[in-house]
Amino acid sequence: MANQIQYIFDNENLNRSEPAKFSSDDLQRDEMIINIGPQHPSTHGVLRLEVVTKGEQIVEVVPHLGYLHRCFEKHAENLPYNQVLPFVDRMDYLAAMNSEHAYVMGVERMLGIENDIPARVEYIRVLVAELNRLASHFLALGSYGMDLGAVTGFFWMMRDREHILRLLEWVSGARMLYNYIWVGGLFYDLPVGFEERCMEFVQYLKPKIKELEELVIQNQIFIQRTAKVGVLSADLAINYGITGPMLRGSGLAYDLRKVDGYSVYSELEFDVPVGKGEMGELGDCWDRTWVRVKECYESIKIIEQCLNRLKGEHQRTKSFDPRAAVPKKIRPKAQDLYIRAENPKGETGFYFRADGKSDVPFRCKARGASFVNLSIINELSKGGLIADLIAVIGSIDIVLGEVDR
Amino acid sequence: MTAIEIKTLIDESLPQAVIQVVEDASPQGLELEPHFLVETMLFLHSHPQLYFDSLSCITGMDNGAELEELEVIYNLYSLPNDIHLMTKVKLEKKNPVVDSLTGIWRTADWHEREVYDLFGIHFNQHPDLRRILLPADWEGHPLRKDYKEQSYYRGIEVKY
Repeated sequence: MANQIQYIFDNENLNRSEPAKFSSDDLQRDEMIINIGPQHPSTHGVLRLEVVTKGEQIVEVVPHLGYLHRCFEKHAENLPYNQVLPFVDRMDYLAAMNSEHAYVMGVERMLGIENDIPARVEYIRVLVAELNRLASHFLALGSYGMDLGAVTGFFWMMRDREHILRLLEWVSGARMLYNYIWVGGLFYDLPVGFEERCMEFVQYLKPKIKELEELVIQNQIFIQRTAKVGVLSADLAINYGITGPMLRGSGLAYDLRKVDGYSVYSELEFDVPVGKGEMGELGDCWDRTWVRVKECYESIKIIEQCLNRLKGEHQRTKSFDPRAAVPKKIRPKAQDLYIRAENPKGETGFYFRADGKSDVPFRCKARGASFVNLSIINELSKGGLIADLIAVIGSIDIVLGEVDR
Repeated sequence: MTAIEIKTLIDESLPQAVIQVVEDASPQGLELEPHFLVETMLFLHSHPQLYFDSLSCITGMDNGAELEELEVIYNLYSLPNDIHLMTKVKLEKKNPVVDSLTGIWRTADWHEREVYDLFGIHFNQHPDLRRILLPADWEGHPLRKDYKEQSYYRGIEVKY
């Protein structure tokens, strides 16, 4: 096998598999086509952008996707509900807990066991999901700073993200792809002493976010690179299906944790920060970044409340079994169901169809927030400079695992 | 507002548009006549009592070998009124064609490209109907139930 030819090389292969939309014949005077990616650090993964420019100015951006397509939906058609869960992790690999939570809620609702889940399990789910949201926002903020030339912020954010990953590793055994939230329960209860360590960590974290805010977000260079760049109005955002911090950056307080109040979010107190156009126009790149920073504080608030309740009214008991409600056989009756949840990037949704005869979903479609959010890139960067395109990509906060699925 | 109430609203101005109410779905849904899809969606988008300003998700579906039909499912949500609605159209498998909704919701652009890519459903009046996830020279549409993968792609064995 080792001697077998594995790939037949041809110079025309790229043109056949991913042909450019524009050719040199389509161009006007002074225009040219620049190809950015798929291997380029500022595209945050394997995203290829075909950019038509007129000098420094962007005329059109055509994204080419699919370099990280791993056939999630095809896999999901062939595996039982509980075995799809690891594949869900690998969609948004920076916030796997949040995607797991959404998927599991959907399956539980189909089975009709959503009200049988113990409160402690729900609080642990929210706790780990919010920790993961922090980790995801940290990477977004850190790498966004680095896109624009602020390297220190990246190191600081990676340092603090590492603490979160270690906490989650302690909980689940894995750093990024957890498979921790199960249908009907959890893999394990929290490890002994976790609540105290996590509370300590949260107290350590608060001044660190403040530090980042002062170093990067309020920095004059950063403001000049992001304010009034990539301005997105709320109307256009809704029409494009944009959700998450991007939509909130445009001034609309729309957070599914508040709107739907799923899991135990309705029992927790937190605010929904929205962009105000402080540094430039409403809905520019700076507003979106600012919303992410403020959301970190809100996540910390939620984590503290969860920890207090996990130590108080829902504390660990000897008899507590996080797998008590895990069904032996997952066979929902025939139905269609669309479930949605607020991920760090926006609305993650799953469309299920169960045929009522098997343990395998007839169809499981994933709606990736990054996929939908990325679709506006042409609208945001048209007419701007090439340097602004980099600022726009970073402010969308895509993760290619979720774009390509 | 339930799906039945929405159906009565649509029936007043577009009597032939709704085929039936889909009960075993969450959110509840309506099955629409494909020929009136754009008009109905425009109605749902602009009616002041409904105002479905957000199209959350478009799902393609292959109903299997016996039925010989494909489905396209649209999940709508109204931000100001907080109403969910699932609408779907059924298409023949031999010639699956439906009108594009890009004129109403711009987000439909990429969703429809994905459905085209994975199910081979053609969308009329779509501005840029190309494959989005798979390579342009890939053979077949993988999420159809009768899909047979090609055996080799550029000398690499395609085994699922």
